[in-house]
Amino acid sequence: MRYLFEPGFFSSGPVHVAVTVGAVSALVSAFVGVFTVMRGQSFAGHALTDVATTGGSGAFFFNFSPLLGFLGAGVLGAGAMDLVGVERLRGRDIATGVVLGFATGLAALFLYLDATKNATTGVSQQILFGSIFTLNSSTIPLVVGMSVITLGVLALIYRPLLLSSISPDLAGARGIRVRLVGVLFMLTLAVAVGLSSIAIGSVLSTALLIGPAATALRVTKNLRAALVVAPILGVVATWLGVVLAYDSFYWFPSSQGLPVSFFIVTLIFLGYLVSGLPALRRRTSSPVATAPAREFKGVPV
Amino acid sequence: MSGVASAPVLDVDEVSVSFGGRSILDHVSFAVHRGEFTGLIGSNGAGKTTLLRSILGLQRLEEGEIRVEGEPLSRHRHALGYVPQKVLLDPDIPLRARDFVALGLNANRYGFSRRTPAQRDRVEQILRDVDAERFADSRVGSLSGGEQQRVLIAHALVSEPTLLLLDEPLANLDPRSVQEIVALLHSVAKEHHVAVLLSAHEMNALLPVMDRIVYITNGRAASGTTEEVVRSDVLSALYGHHVDVLKLHGRVLVVAEPGQDDAEIPEHPTLTVN
Repeated sequence: MRYLFEPGFFSSGPVHVAVTVGAVSALVSAFVGVFTVMRGQSFAGHALTDVATTGGSGAFFFNFSPLLGFLGAGVLGAGAMDLVGVERLRGRDIATGVVLGFATGLAALFLYLDATKNATTGVSQQILFGSIFTLNSSTIPLVVGMSVITLGVLALIYRPLLLSSISPDLAGARGIRVRLVGVLFMLTLAVAVGLSSIAIGSVLSTALLIGPAATALRVTKNLRAALVVAPILGVVATWLGVVLAYDSFYWFPSSQGLPVSFFIVTLIFLGYLVSGLPALRRRTSSPVATAPAREFKGVPV
Repeated sequence: MSGVASAPVLDVDEVSVSFGGRSILDHVSFAVHRGEFTGLIGSNGAGKTTLLRSILGLQRLEEGEIRVEGEPLSRHRHALGYVPQKVLLDPDIPLRARDFVALGLNANRYGFSRRTPAQRDRVEQILRDVDAERFADSRVGSLSGGEQQRVLIAHALVSEPTLLLLDEPLANLDPRSVQEIVALLHSVAKEHHVAVLLSAHEMNALLPVMDRIVYITNGRAASGTTEEVVRSDVLSALYGHHVDVLKLHGRVLVVAEPGQDDAEIPEHPTLTVN
């Protein structure tokens, strides 16, 4: 274990902040991510991360907190997508793409202006790919507060959300306000994206949203189990990523570490690959083994 | 039967619906009682889905009234169980059949609540009633058409509705599954004392079990028993031109003369034979 934790890890202030903010954002991303993947809204989730980029880069330019920039832009983006879009799948995709295009253009503008204004290109790296070790501990209360609220909303709506994700018709007939529940979910998605943007950058926050959730959905049988496994995967990947990034300072003679976000995203990806191995082995070894159960009985059903 | 039992669960009263300037439903009237199996029969475009949506409160009425247990729908939403037409059950949805059925108990409740033992028993009972126990632990998206239909029916039944509405449940099912589902719904009506109303574009599979039929074409409907409604004179008046009703080997065929245009309907009041 001594080789895993390089000297000074546990006493380092930036590490404390990184571990806290990282864990909280991974947690929220995982819970929201499970529903995102289930609803087939991964594209919308990704589009929101691009919108968040706009917010973060704009925040830098206009000199206010990047966290507020990420969150604010995400919420506005979610609202815009709901207004422009429609309940039908294709309408939603088109609306998402349209908003995404505009937001990314704005982000390009802001990043350019940031670079010329600050005469440094470090801003882009920070916004797009995160720099969790340079976060101020003053962001922690807001991060934790937003997370608690978001998870609370999700806990409140998760059953109507589940049914309307499966069948809006069924949900509507039960008297569920499908549109309202959908909008509330988009808002939780916006917050999840905003929080993970501050941790690992807006471009990579998709990985934290989708990766652990997709992996969990693959290996578990029911929703409850997925909602336990996904956060565990997300937090473990995040913490391990922080550890490895800290250690990487000591790996190279020039004392330059590798980005945390890179480690986190790579670990998530590896986790997803590993979870696919059992299915792959099954498919390659016995082609007949995956016959559905209904053929056992010899009766067509 | 006592007087209370004869009060209809569903009362459709002179309902007219139109949109886009077109009349979709024209003074449709019929009633459904507990324990009755009613078939809403009509070809595509006849107005079946619009009628069902109106009953569910998803479609505004131009004229007329729909009463559930004698009152407007909003006060008795819980009395309705609904099985919609195309429920896309994605194999990726992490829900076992058992969980999906349990969702029928409290999907519209916000917040947390543990499932009580009584609720768990209820779910098991319903799964037994629809004969879905053997695949109760499989993901809903991996079930066959017939199996999914059973699970959807169980989901609708678990909250103990008095009226079960099914929108074309037999479409896309193989003949054997059609038989099984029809038999299941018949037993649901009788043993659970539920009013069952299902729409179909073909009445033959339902003939053995239908108590009443609502025959709808071009937004106009005739209701009664099959003997009363499925007759040449009644259906001819409904269609607005002469149709022959042929009965052969226990099956029915409704045939129009060649060259008839169904759109020309002379002004007739609704035919309610009973």
